[in-house]
Amino acid sequence: MMSFFTENTAEILLKTWEHLYISFIAILIGTLLAVPLGILLSKTKKITKIVLTITSMLQTVPSLALLAIMIPFLGVGKTPAIIALCIYSLLPILNNTFTGMQSVNENVKAAGRAMGMTPAQSLRMVELPLAMPIIMSGIRLSAVYVISWATLASYIGAGGLGDYIFNGLNLFKIDLIVGGAIVVTLLALVVDFLLSRVERSMIPKGLRIQGGRSS
Amino acid sequence: MLHIEKLKKVYRGGKIAVDDLTLDIQKGEFIAFIGTSGSGKTTALRMLNRMVEPTSGTVTINGKDMMKINPVTLRRSIGYVIQQIGLMPHMTIRDNITLVPRLLQWQKEKSEATARHLISLVNLPESYLDYYPSQLSGGQQQRIGVIRALAAEQDIILMDEPFGALDPITRDTLQDLIKELQRNLNKTIIFVTHDMDEAIKLADKIAIMHEGKLIQFDTPDNILANPINNFVKEFIGSHRLIQQKPNFKTVDEVMIKAISITIERSLDEAIRLMVKSRVDTLFVTDGDNRLLGYLNVESLTGDARSKKSVSEVYIKDIVYMKTGSKLQDSVRRILKRNLNNIPVVDNQNRLIGLITRANIVDIVYETIWGDEEQELKDS
Repeated sequence: MMSFFTENTAEILLKTWEHLYISFIAILIGTLLAVPLGILLSKTKKITKIVLTITSMLQTVPSLALLAIMIPFLGVGKTPAIIALCIYSLLPILNNTFTGMQSVNENVKAAGRAMGMTPAQSLRMVELPLAMPIIMSGIRLSAVYVISWATLASYIGAGGLGDYIFNGLNLFKIDLIVGGAIVVTLLALVVDFLLSRVERSMIPKGLRIQGGRSS
Repeated sequence: MLHIEKLKKVYRGGKIAVDDLTLDIQKGEFIAFIGTSGSGKTTALRMLNRMVEPTSGTVTINGKDMMKINPVTLRRSIGYVIQQIGLMPHMTIRDNITLVPRLLQWQKEKSEATARHLISLVNLPESYLDYYPSQLSGGQQQRIGVIRALAAEQDIILMDEPFGALDPITRDTLQDLIKELQRNLNKTIIFVTHDMDEAIKLADKIAIMHEGKLIQFDTPDNILANPINNFVKEFIGSHRLIQQKPNFKTVDEVMIKAISITIERSLDEAIRLMVKSRVDTLFVTDGDNRLLGYLNVESLTGDARSKKSVSEVYIKDIVYMKTGSKLQDSVRRILKRNLNNIPVVDNQNRLIGLITRANIVDIVYETIWGDEEQELKDS
């Protein structure tokens, strides 16, 4: 087992990088799509249900099937893999953005409006800062999903750590399967940890400080 | 300065929230909109800064038609104190106070100076500017809520049940504070409340609303003396009507001389004065007889022994009445706050007298048995 790590160190690092790269691009695009969409949804409540239903449905498509569906349209390689993973990352981010925006206290929003904030100012100065921790936790959730699912991307030739697992399956080499799985798990854990730190730093200071002072 | 004519709001579904509201508000007036819930008082208030768009009618501010002013510009020029406080939890107190100045892109130095000036007006230390709302008590937060509405030098301040979320004592303190601020700064304040005591205490004129209609608009005294119909009578409550009838005695008529000491004196002198005049409380004043605080026996025991002068131990937090206040207000305050006495000051904050519980007993005695004695003498 150890020999897997010692003999393939350089290659493992390369594949890890590939894996991270695919996941990162997918989450980045997913975030850029889902956050503005989530904000929009929180403002126009009519279409909220429809959009959230569609994204939940996309979420239920089996991941391997979704990857396979990409092949006729986009061929094999990194691009279809990134697109498929990106679709998966949408729902948690969209959901959390929507929830985060909804969670902002109505009275605080009304105060902003009564003070003469434009809708854009209210969004930038009040709603986004207060919704940020919840949005960020959606991004973190997505990131962990996407990193583990990116393993399957190897199936359509996108590379990454999934290569070890699929090779291991084909050649029936247990140490390849286990070794690949260990690295993916570690990667997911590390990213989760780092993003949880980011998430915490996103909580506005005024919300972290508690403690009364009597009048 | 504010002329409201036939202001009307009809919500979708045909519910008339405010119906043909017409009234004039002069500069520097303190106006209370009062009514039960659903009377349209909050909707009426919110139409004045177009938080709610009127269905019809006009509002003119200093001769300008409000509907022709951009809503955002309008709201930045009118102060607003929201119910449930509504401070921005993620902003420091400084950023909360200077919110409107920042929206108006004032110079940083000017905003900072404004924040420092305003926080001193509500008796909070400057160090609080760096705190967050969650570190302040409810009463302190609403003080910030109030000065936030003054920060851009707004002349008109709207308040939507500003003290509803506070306990009775904090509420009482804040009411005093706001009344004083309004007088000193000559602001026009329009506030919504459902508390008749609050309206009577604060307002120059009260607008009683019911089911969207303005029922009566007059000074508190006139409303109490001549309620226009049974609804108003009921709304005021019979106990207040009775209260109002007997002699409008002011604190000036019954107050006694207050024993005071100037701040630069030594504690020895203070104690000797207490013993000599047989009192347990001394009022501390400056050279001009302005009231600064008080000193009582409790403040002289404990670690005060090591202190030498009055200025080191006196208590600054003091409740007082202004000259000309109604006696019943002082009674209410003494009872509500469980005080033994309450000093009376003139308009320059100079100590002119004292109301004690003993005074009040005298008055009660006089009102209950005074007439009988008179009769006995007559017969």
